[in-house]
Amino acid sequence: MSWVLIVILIVPLLTSLVCWWAPALIGQYLTLISGVATFALALALIPTKTVSAFSGWLQVDALSIVFLVTVAFLYGATSVFAIGYVRSSGNKASEGNYNRRLFAGINLFAWSMALATIVNGLALLWVAIEITTVVSALLVAIEGTDGASEAAWKYVLIASIGLGIALFGTIIMYYAGSTVFGSGYELFYSKLLSGASHFPPQVMRLAFVLAVLGYGTKMGLAPLHTWLPDAHSEAPTPVSALLSGALLAVSFYAILRFYQVTERAVGPTFPRDILLAFGLASLGLAALFLSSQEDLKRMFAYSSVEHMGILAIGMSFSAKIAIIGVLLHVLAHAPAKATAFFGAGSAVRKFGSKDMTKMRGGISLLPWSGTMLVLAVLALCAMPPFGIFRSEFLIVSGGLSNSRDFIAGVLIVAVSIASLGLTWFTSQTMITAPSADSVRGEISGWIVASMLIGLAALVVLGIHPPGQLSDLLGRAANELGVGR
Amino acid sequence: MLASTHVPSVFTGSADAVALVVLLSEFAMLRAPLLRSQIRLYSFQSFAVTGLAVIVAATRNLNELFIIAGFSFVLKVVLVPGIIMRLLRDSRVDLVGSHRLGVASMVLLAIVISVFGIFVVGSLPIHSQSLPTPALGLAMAIILVSFLLVILRSDVVSQAVGFFSLENGVSVASLVVAAGLPLIVEVAFLFDLLVAVVVFGVLMRVHHNRTKTLSTSVLDRLRG
Repeated sequence: MSWVLIVILIVPLLTSLVCWWAPALIGQYLTLISGVATFALALALIPTKTVSAFSGWLQVDALSIVFLVTVAFLYGATSVFAIGYVRSSGNKASEGNYNRRLFAGINLFAWSMALATIVNGLALLWVAIEITTVVSALLVAIEGTDGASEAAWKYVLIASIGLGIALFGTIIMYYAGSTVFGSGYELFYSKLLSGASHFPPQVMRLAFVLAVLGYGTKMGLAPLHTWLPDAHSEAPTPVSALLSGALLAVSFYAILRFYQVTERAVGPTFPRDILLAFGLASLGLAALFLSSQEDLKRMFAYSSVEHMGILAIGMSFSAKIAIIGVLLHVLAHAPAKATAFFGAGSAVRKFGSKDMTKMRGGISLLPWSGTMLVLAVLALCAMPPFGIFRSEFLIVSGGLSNSRDFIAGVLIVAVSIASLGLTWFTSQTMITAPSADSVRGEISGWIVASMLIGLAALVVLGIHPPGQLSDLLGRAANELGVGR
Repeated sequence: MLASTHVPSVFTGSADAVALVVLLSEFAMLRAPLLRSQIRLYSFQSFAVTGLAVIVAATRNLNELFIIAGFSFVLKVVLVPGIIMRLLRDSRVDLVGSHRLGVASMVLLAIVISVFGIFVVGSLPIHSQSLPTPALGLAMAIILVSFLLVILRSDVVSQAVGFFSLENGVSVASLVVAAGLPLIVEVAFLFDLLVAVVVFGVLMRVHHNRTKTLSTSVLDRLRG
């Protein structure tokens, strides 16, 4: 199966190059084919145990497959949406250039995120995540507005500094390992895990805190999230969907890789407490900020901060069921947030503004995408039958089963406050009477199709996740140190 | 062996001295009024880091590190300062006084935060015969002062240079505690830095084209 890894790393990269040179139409369809193919290949990896290539430099285990599938799904869904997005822009003058850059960038961005989940070792993981930063910063700036260049500058600066801290953490981790392995060893995950129990604990604590601060900046954990609402709201919508559903997840993946080693070196209490603190801060802050937003995409950005907080809190409940819930949450958040952003993209095109006070009667004017936007928001609020309901249910029951009743209670209250904000604003814009002069009709069939894909994935994850997927989540949870 | 715990070896002594020079150049960057001089200071700082790499390579017989030192010289001493200098020339602005605080307060703050960094690392059990612990503390201080540079100077050049010098601080740390890092990883780090510099450059140019200034005080539209 090692050819699968190599193909996943070649196809999006080649597609990106072709998109840069080829006519817009060819680029669009190639991106679609590449996205769907990557997703299919990622799915093919689900039943496998460990696959490696290039003498171990590329390797996936259950944990990385969970994140690879997430990235690949979003790549596929976004490639459908992006076609509708550019075709409905109506801006003919610079379309050719913009179109080429956007599609080349989307492919490269997806490639860099897939790379991060496939490479073996903390050093290469850092390199891959740094590539995601530079590619996505250019994509945030691509619209060329004042807001976009401001958001891109803040993003590249804050995220790069965060990654500088993460690099420092990686080096400290390397030092911890060198006390066991001697100098001049590779930072492969399996190597680190094999010696982790002998690493000096105090040094490991420092490495973990630096890693959480560094990668937490990219993951959007409060109070390091300040770049996130700006970048998500100012980026083109396909990029917002990728940022929110995939990039934040990949940064979380990096934290989990540090968590794995730290948990073996110093025991589970320390890393869990650190994650709990950041998780509670993120969830609490997002719940409050969600109810004061006027920009639709900015609101969804704060919802991402909320869900990253839920992931961090879920990791702090040590029960296996909670860890499975966290991994399922990663999988389910991606289609939910992407569908919400796709719907937002449709609404922004329809109303010509991101300002929610100017949007009225979304469902009447956009019978398909408006309705599906409301459904996606309900999914984000953890309503059944969608995947996030199942994952949050697992997380909370994991907390209760481990007598973390108070934290589980706080989680439920904060999620409810956040849901209140989300549903209130969505109902204000979508379930109201439209203004008299507005025209009814969808923006693009491609957008509707991409949203249907997202909702279908959410329903599958919510009602009955396939057996092999559940098996994968169980194995990934074991890799994170539960049941040892 | 006993003597080496009291009298620093040539390696420890020179590593600590170079790390101190790097920290002092960070202080100089923080207060430098002209952006041009800031970039020159960054170039000088990178030169000191390259020197540290050569010292480590020579004393520990790590031949790979000579290659890294070569790459790092070309990239950080010549190429990166060259790229930013060129941007600065093109924009024809040499901003003076983007300090958010007075020079005295900034330096005082930097001293306090450096002392904090040095003591935090000093309290960690990172000790070994071959390891210059003070240099690691100084590396932490360099990183913390580079944060101040990004926070307290409100122009895109200082902020970018702040990030690059943060990377220099991490390089110092990596040379003293992780000198054996595999060559491919080191090269990947440097390549990444180059890509980051290009992207910073592109975004600085975009910023200048839109606002006709290098100041970041106009970047206040997005909030809440």
